[in-house]
Formats: sequence, C-alpha cells, structure tokens
Amino acid sequence: MQMTQKEWKPKIVAFCCNWCSYAGADLAGSSRLSYPAEVKIIRVPCSCRVNPLFILRAFQRGADGVILCGCHPGDCHYSTGNYYARRRMTMLFSMLSFLGIEPKRTRVEWVSAAEGAKFSAVMNDFVKTITDLGENVKLGDLRCKESLK
Amino acid sequence: MIKEKAAQLLREGKVARVLGWEAGEFAYDLTPAYFETEEELKNLVYNEYSGANLSKYLIAASKMEGVTLALLKPCDTLSFNQLLNEHRINREKVYVLGVGCKGMKDQNGELLLKCKCCKGKEFKAFDEVIDDEECRNVPESDRFEEVRRIEAMSAEERFAFWRNELSKCIRCNACRNVCPACSCIKCVFDNPKSGVAAKANTDDFEENMFHIIRAYHVAGRCTDCGECSRVCPQGIPLHLLNRKFIKDINELYGEYQAGEDPEARGPLTNYTQGDAEPSVVRERSGE
Repeated sequence: MQMTQKEWKPKIVAFCCNWCSYAGADLAGSSRLSYPAEVKIIRVPCSCRVNPLFILRAFQRGADGVILCGCHPGDCHYSTGNYYARRRMTMLFSMLSFLGIEPKRTRVEWVSAAEGAKFSAVMNDFVKTITDLGENVKLGDLRCKESLK
Repeated sequence: MIKEKAAQLLREGKVARVLGWEAGEFAYDLTPAYFETEEELKNLVYNEYSGANLSKYLIAASKMEGVTLALLKPCDTLSFNQLLNEHRINREKVYVLGVGCKGMKDQNGELLLKCKCCKGKEFKAFDEVIDDEECRNVPESDRFEEVRRIEAMSAEERFAFWRNELSKCIRCNACRNVCPACSCIKCVFDNPKSGVAAKANTDDFEENMFHIIRAYHVAGRCTDCGECSRVCPQGIPLHLLNRKFIKDINELYGEYQAGEDPEARGPLTNYTQGDAEPSVVRERSGE
C-alpha cells in the first residue's frame, strides 16, 4: 500500500547527553512545552559517547533523522567530551554528504539543562525539516524501498 | 647492495630476521616474507614491484624474539611512525633499513596510486639508509583532484557514484587487513552484533556503512599510503574516502600528515575551543 505524505510520520532518534540535553528535555516537559512524539530520545552519558556507528545504525534500522544534543562547548560535565564529539560529528556528517546523503538528516545542537524552550524549538524544527525531506531511502535497505525517484 | 647489508647484519647477529619481499608466481607478484638465514636471503627481491607497505608486519615482529630488520620505503616510514605513535611497535625490536624508491608499479606496469602523488624522498624514521641518488623523481600532482571532482557533483550523482562503486564490495576485508592504521587486535567488524558482520545477509546500506566506518576508524591516522585501493580485488577507489577525511581535516583543523611526527596528537584526539560546528557541512553543501 502506498503511504501518502499525510499518513507518513518520520522516525527521529535524538541522542541526548545525560547532564544537559536530557535534563533540558525534562524541563521542556515540566514547563509544558510540546515537542513532537516522533522524537525518540536515547540517553547517553556524554555526547562523545556517541560512536559514529550508532548514528549509522539508527539510519540502518529505519530512522529518518538523527540529532545529537549535548552540553554547550565549554560546559561539558566531563570538561572536554563535547569538543571531541564536535570534531567527530563534523567529520561523519561531511562523509555522509560526500556519499550523497542529505546533510539535513543529521544535526548537532547544544542544549543546556536550562534550555527547555530551546529543546522544544529545536525538536519541532528538526521534525519539520525531516518531514519536508521525506522518508529516508538512501540510508536504508534499498531492496525493500520504492526505487529512488 | 641491500642484500649484502642485510646479510652482514644477520651474520653479525644484530638482527634475527629480515622482513622484505620474495618472488611470487609472476614478476609483478612480489610477496612480503621473512628471511632468517643468509641462504634464504638469496630469495630477497627488491624492485619496482615492491609496493607493499611492510610496516604493519612489524606489529607482529615486535612480539618475536630478537630484532627484525625491515626494508621500508620513504612513505612506509610514515606508517611506521604512526604505529610508533600508537605504541603498536617496539622501536628497539626493529632495525629500519630505509631503501630508495623510484615509484612502484602495479601489475599493468602503471605507477601505484601512492606514487602518483609521492610524499617525497625523506625517510621519517630509519637506522640506516641505502639510497641510490639518481633514482627518484617526485611527480607533481594534486592528490585531492578526484575528491574535488566528486564534491562538485550533485548529491544524487554522488549517491549513484558511490552505490556503483561500493556495491561491488565482496566484503573480503582485504582493505581492513592490509591497512597499517587498522591495527586493532579485535576489530569492530568481527563483532557479529556490529551490524556489518557478513556479506550473506547484507543490504545496500551495510556496504556503505562498512566503508564509512572503515575509513572513519583510520581518519586522522591514515597516512594516505593507498594500500586499501591497491589490494581491493574489485577495484573500488577506497582511498578517495580516506582522502576526503584528510582533506576535511586539513581544511577544518589545519594541515596534518599522519606519521610525520611520532609524538604528535592526531586531529580527532584533539580539539580547540573555536572548532567549526558540525552545521558547517550543511552550510558548505549549500542545501
């Protein structure tokens, strides 16, 4: 059955660091700010815990967008973790783009524990971006997908 | 000359074995080999087909009894240095005999990829050098030319280009096994839970994923020796993935050649407070 754009909802994986962004998501919740239900949060101890393979596997298993949230640079709970994460993700995203994958599907945002409003705004914006981009075809199993348009 | 020197060191007992090349079935088919006696040393060959980078063998050789004499070309010493940096090689167990090189050839008699953009004639690490002066001319070329050509394509074209190349992959793991930077004792790809374990149940993205991760794991440590593309039985230009990482690192974090300095901190194990944000990728692509 062909799904129409209206029925289709993106699957978004958000890796959130335990100390800032996960607390930021919590604050968004307790402040009654809404963010889309398509966002599935995975809590990680630090943004630099996220191995590039995590992101690729999320896509392989059917995610349409992956976002990594961590403490603002300089505010890492472990002092320097997010600096390393920043370089790693820059390299990974650049490589994905080199392989012809839309750079909009991946994002890194710095969200502190006090930024519930920012968390909500970022997630709303990201879900909108991915919804506009449509289903993730290139990063999944092409055998099961409609041919590339 | 090289043989004489090696034989002399063996005789004197300074080294226990020699790591070099021996003749294979065909003239172009030289195989890396150990030689332990002067008698065996007669089979040592060093000519324009000695392209293989021997530095990775020294990880195993470091664990053997006695000193190993290794024949290293100038570019091989970069990989050697990089392994020293990562504490994979015991420097005291290796006697590096630097050997001159005038560009190595593949089986069709063409210059190898790494030689087309030769990284110079300087030995970065050696105990002794045997180098005939007249032998080298360094060709002038831009090693990122092909990377730039692909970057200039549209996203759809890039995707098609890489699907076309990477779908040839038979997952023989030769690129991983030969790579002097890929030196983990237990590799992530040997883990059946890695999601990229076997060809039998592979899907299209798994091939992409394998090659992204393979290149990613050596990013910042790759000396651009081009062995991955040389050994690929399917002729996939794997070095382009590595060069893309090198190019990005050079542009974003400053020029860096892995293996140049055995004390240096690699770009991905380092940071500055003013690093570019990952959104730079989106901005550059103009999407």
